[in-house]
Amino acid sequence: MQAAIRLRDVHKHYGRRDVLAGVSLDVPRGGRLGLIGPAASGKSVICKLVCGLEQPDRGEIETLGESVVGKREVQLGALRRRIGMLFQNYALFDFLSVEENVAFPLVQRGGMTPEAIAERVATRLRAVGLAGSEHKLTGELSGGMRKRVGIARATVADAELVIYDEPTAGLDPVTTQKIYDLLAADQQRTGATVLAVSSDVVALAKFVDEIAFLYHGHILYRGPAATIGDAPDPLVRQFVRGELEGPLRMEEQRA
Amino acid sequence: MKWIENVGAGAIRIAEEVGGILLLTWQVLRSFVPPRVDRQELFKNLHKMGNRSVPIVVLTAFFAGGLMTLQTGPFVKKFGAHALAGWGAGYAVLREIGPILIALMFSGRVGANNTAELATMTVTEQLDGLRALAIDPVRFLVVPRVISMMVMLVALTVIGDLVALTGASIVGRAMLDIEWATMFHSFADNLKPYDFLHGVYKSLAFGGAIAVTSCYFGVTVRGGAVGVGKAVNAAVVAAAVSIMLLDFFLTYTTG
Repeated sequence: MQAAIRLRDVHKHYGRRDVLAGVSLDVPRGGRLGLIGPAASGKSVICKLVCGLEQPDRGEIETLGESVVGKREVQLGALRRRIGMLFQNYALFDFLSVEENVAFPLVQRGGMTPEAIAERVATRLRAVGLAGSEHKLTGELSGGMRKRVGIARATVADAELVIYDEPTAGLDPVTTQKIYDLLAADQQRTGATVLAVSSDVVALAKFVDEIAFLYHGHILYRGPAATIGDAPDPLVRQFVRGELEGPLRMEEQRA
Repeated sequence: MKWIENVGAGAIRIAEEVGGILLLTWQVLRSFVPPRVDRQELFKNLHKMGNRSVPIVVLTAFFAGGLMTLQTGPFVKKFGAHALAGWGAGYAVLREIGPILIALMFSGRVGANNTAELATMTVTEQLDGLRALAIDPVRFLVVPRVISMMVMLVALTVIGDLVALTGASIVGRAMLDIEWATMFHSFADNLKPYDFLHGVYKSLAFGGAIAVTSCYFGVTVRGGAVGVGKAVNAAVVAAAVSIMLLDFFLTYTTG
């Protein structure tokens, strides 16, 4: 099966720091991959590379069958319309209301009547538990509510590939589970490919099929999500279990 | 030799920023082909940048006009050259003082606000959010702002010119006992349409300079709140320098 995401020997540095030092990764179409790793290990960078928001120093990246390397912004437009992305810091437009934020991708893409857009937005907002907050500005929302608006915006257009960067950070356990249930139902309905980055490994493992562990610029381990806690690599096990003793040093775990 | 390094580093930084501003100017110009501007953003910015600046411009222009009369009035009376009372104030206001003062006020109020707004959007990943939705931030955010600032600074300068001439007349009548009719005839007989147009096209250039510098420092900001503060500071300084340089060259080349 053709991969929806394909990274080959991808390198990326910021200043003198090599964030990615030869990452290779495949996500099959319709698959759900979780990406975990210590803070500042480059997980969000991979998310941005996949949709061409950043360019690698070298290596190949193919997203939904198209190379994104060396492409100009205008050349990436058609591809990005097929991708939904939830940013770690929400990236909600503070000049728009909640309703307008969620409607934004549909309005910009065109092809839908205002009534159909309003209906789709209302359904999405109900699904993430934000019915009644349509006319609020994003500045009036709590962190958890903003996260849910971001999820609604990322999923409203039924994209072929959805990238979630920390979809449940800052949410309570019950809301976290509700959100993952919603994302799973959405994925089953649309058949979208999912790349999810999260520090909440336990909740993430229930949502994705496989988990990859990013460490020192490489994918150190990749395996079934259900058995990630019993991974053969002690470093992965220590990270997943949150143990203080082990090969993973404290400074690499800092949040 | 440390000072040589500092001078070199400073020169490189200035060259980078001038280059960046020119590059953004080119991107803005290219965005007009084909001409496609988000109307909602355009009208919102025209209102925000223009209407709300009228009170401060009226206040500044009134006193600028009055001040010109106060400065020239005693000499006019001393030499009995009443016919030149309006010319002295009007010539200075229409060609120099009006456009420069209003542009500096506009830069401090609208330009600084624009930089802060764009910089905050940049550090909160809203620009990346737009790019992820296949929307060019330059076309969507920068172009409407550039058009709005150029149009509104011209409009404000025209209003400011009228208010300044009124201020000059009121101060001349109230404090120097110069008749209304004398001032009016002095304006009408000695000021040429080109004196007015000279200030108008200067304000168009100043508007462009304020717009591009304020947008440039907004979209290239690095860091959080500290970065936003530095960007606003740099934008105001760069706009003031641009206004002075443009004024010199426009006056030198066009009389």
